[in-house]
Amino acid sequence: MRLPFLLEIGTEEIPDWMIEPALKELAGSFSALLSANGLSGAAVAVEATPRRLTLRADRIPDRQPDSVEAISGPPKSAGDTAAAGFARKAGVSVQDLEVVTTPKGEYFQYKKRIEGRRTIDIFAGALPGLILGIPWPKTMYWTGKAGPRFIRPIRWLVSLLGKDVVPFEIAGVSSGNITSGHRRLGKKTIRITCRSYPEMLRKNYVLISAAERREKIETGIAGLLEGTGLRVKKDAALLHTLAFMTEYPAPILGRFDESYLRLPEEVLVTVMRHHQRYFSVEDASGALAPHFIAVMNTSADADGLVQAGNERVLKARFNDAAFFWTVDQQKKLCDRIGDLANVTFQTKLGSYKDKTERVVQLVRDLGGPETAIRAAELSKCDLTTGMVKEFTELQGVVGGLYARVQGEGEEVALAIYEHYKPVSMEDAIPGSPDGRLVSLADKLETLRGCFGIGLIPTGSGDPFALRRAAQGVIRILVEGRCEFSLRKLAAGDETLLEFLLDRARYYFRDVKGFKYDEVNAVLAAGYDDLVDAASRLEAIQRVRPTENFEPLAASFKRIQNILRQAGSSVGYEFRPELLEAGPERDLYEEFERVRSRVQEHRENRAYLPALETIASLRPKVDLFFDKVLVNAPDPEIRRNRLALLHNLLTEFSAIADFSEIVTS
Amino acid sequence: MDSFQQVIFKLKNYWSERGCIIQEPYDVEVGAGTMAPETFLRVLGPDPYHVAYVQPSRRPADGRYGDNPNRLYKHQQLQVILKPSPDDIVDQYLASLEAIGIDLHKHDIKLEEDNWESPTLGAWGIGWQVMLDGLEITQFTYFQQCGGIDLDLVPAELTYGLERLVAFLQGVESVYDIEWAPGVKYGAVRHADELQNSVYNFELADVSTLWQLFALYEGECRRLMAMYPGYREKRRFPVLAAYDLVLKCSHLFNLLDSRGAISVTERVGVIGRVRKLAVGVAQAWVEQQSIGIPQTAEVSG
Repeated sequence: MRLPFLLEIGTEEIPDWMIEPALKELAGSFSALLSANGLSGAAVAVEATPRRLTLRADRIPDRQPDSVEAISGPPKSAGDTAAAGFARKAGVSVQDLEVVTTPKGEYFQYKKRIEGRRTIDIFAGALPGLILGIPWPKTMYWTGKAGPRFIRPIRWLVSLLGKDVVPFEIAGVSSGNITSGHRRLGKKTIRITCRSYPEMLRKNYVLISAAERREKIETGIAGLLEGTGLRVKKDAALLHTLAFMTEYPAPILGRFDESYLRLPEEVLVTVMRHHQRYFSVEDASGALAPHFIAVMNTSADADGLVQAGNERVLKARFNDAAFFWTVDQQKKLCDRIGDLANVTFQTKLGSYKDKTERVVQLVRDLGGPETAIRAAELSKCDLTTGMVKEFTELQGVVGGLYARVQGEGEEVALAIYEHYKPVSMEDAIPGSPDGRLVSLADKLETLRGCFGIGLIPTGSGDPFALRRAAQGVIRILVEGRCEFSLRKLAAGDETLLEFLLDRARYYFRDVKGFKYDEVNAVLAAGYDDLVDAASRLEAIQRVRPTENFEPLAASFKRIQNILRQAGSSVGYEFRPELLEAGPERDLYEEFERVRSRVQEHRENRAYLPALETIASLRPKVDLFFDKVLVNAPDPEIRRNRLALLHNLLTEFSAIADFSEIVTS
Repeated sequence: MDSFQQVIFKLKNYWSERGCIIQEPYDVEVGAGTMAPETFLRVLGPDPYHVAYVQPSRRPADGRYGDNPNRLYKHQQLQVILKPSPDDIVDQYLASLEAIGIDLHKHDIKLEEDNWESPTLGAWGIGWQVMLDGLEITQFTYFQQCGGIDLDLVPAELTYGLERLVAFLQGVESVYDIEWAPGVKYGAVRHADELQNSVYNFELADVSTLWQLFALYEGECRRLMAMYPGYREKRRFPVLAAYDLVLKCSHLFNLLDSRGAISVTERVGVIGRVRKLAVGVAQAWVEQQSIGIPQTAEVSG
């Protein structure tokens, strides 16, 4: 018989961002439990709200299949007495024994039937460990020091296999068939079955499906804005957060006084999004409208109290921001440079004033214009403003906005504004050349400084976010087409250079999707100019599927092996007059023809035609290897052939080291 | 509409009915109700304890000369400690809001992740900030560690921000407009305190004197605690007096901070000095309790 299964772990409010990863772990370990016990065939689904993690499965066998275990006894040659002894020990009669033939001879054997365990018993034993084994970023204990740890206290447990409760206990809570509804709108105790579960929850104001909650929010917002000419600023991450902060979400539309629109949009949106988790609203022209959308965890706001409350909170927040904006203007950014001496960057690396001086020098070294130098000078001054102390996520942005109103000029303001970018892999690099330069210098300075004092990221520890900084450097170099020498940027620090290169490999492979052997081939031929490396990579990627490329790459690998086996071939003088007519001379002549064209393409950085031209050598190379014996008996001829191959390999390895290409 | 003091009466009454001792505010300056010994020391050790009290909490850097409608140098917290935490603690808390007239069916309540941590006290816990219609009204924490010691029983700590909560209930936009008692505004009771202490903290406090005081209190605390290991009759040893000295240091640290006298670099070091004292006191207290000082379990219900 196959049965449905329902597990619900009832908890106090779990942080929204931890829920989905936990569900994945739960589903994974449950599936593992099934397959480890021969209970396959079930479809497992997981859902959650902040107060419950739910796992449902259909068609779970009610017991394990029976199995047979073969128990070997004495050899047949040991005789009847031994067989009787074996049978007695196994609790069977001699008639039940079989004789099997093994490489060692004939043996008595008894096939023991093992009855499959009941699924309910397996689950009862395994579920507590499975639940408490869910990994969380940070756990707590709640029943006392020796008690179990979980993300938040477990308050109820539902565990039903078919109609039966799978009995177990965690932290004094026994499993049962009783769930609990929405904190305020639902019943506290609700008897359920596997089948009635979702509907009973719905009646008690819990939508178990996150997708449905998301949809309810979106539909609700559409309804609120219908006919207003306003539209919500799309924010998928916020929508996701709110779906996992609510059991029964409902959006409401609030408004704020238009006079706050004099504050920069960045500030208003940050307050709404990060501090209050509101969606922003814009008008048809895309301008911020004096409205917001809050998402409640309740059914309705009949008296408008929730709206009024949220409006009042937002007003106080905006007043704070307006206060900081006004007070901060009383001291210009350029008058705050000295104050940076009081802000520690890192104990051994000094203050932000020290850091700023180094960044400015770096921008100069990188040939930055006056505007970039000015931006670098002012880049960290907003750390001393009230606005950034209150809204730390606006660092840089606030500096840029202040620079603009303080008449610093648009390039300078924009460069300050953008210089923390990219803050994540999804974020764009700075849009302006000065912004890219200041961002690059800022990140590089942090990297050089930290590596210089041994603060090098380990597997798990990276408190200064150096990986992200290095990733930013790589992206700015490649995507911003900044042709700086990576080696010079690393300033002689080999560990830092290797760290940057590692990030470059990661970027090309995992972000841009190049194959690892292509990345290896290209970087082996030169990594110092990543812009150039990126162009070579694109060319390799495009030429790779063409018919001549991989065979030629295989030939190059062969050439390399031949040269290696021959020992040093460098320095053999190549003498064309020693070439024999036929494939050898043909290859040489083709090589000469191709070489000049490839060189021309390379000078123009036209790597695709260069590679195509190289690939066109293939028939001559194949023929050469087919017909010509490199290891000729005459040492002079042999050396000459090695020299030819050496020249060929050297000439064409400047774009990529083809021997790194993995050929099938 | 309830006045400020009526809300306090109701909350005290509510928690008193649920077995809490109603304590009075601690009489040494603290930055939060957590620092009063009724929390910091009582959460340690294996004995249950249930207590509620209002604690005026001083945060010198938050002073705004009485000008800002929401920021105060000194605000009032209603602190509740339930050790061990009852299983229905969240429901009990929500019912306390009903008890002061908040109809939860008409409002939106969310529990948002907010784990509390006090590096100065070597204490941390897991919990939430409770949001009422987008306003943070309470910090809810399951204590895990205090004075660097894992707690035997897990207490729930509820910290109500009384000014915010009552401003919300009374529908006023400035805390100074809160009605403290019928006909008496919060501003009439507290404005001078805010103004004058802001002037002192930001302008007139003498930094070198504050540093000297810090060193004196720290020194006295160390001198005292150094005597503890060799002190014979442990139950007589003034651990509680030593703790007051820790609180003095903590307050002086906050004052120095508001004067901008502590650079970010120094900060970590000074916090570490205070924590060292707090951890020493906590350890001595736990040991002292284990050798038998009459406990209050019978009073706490």
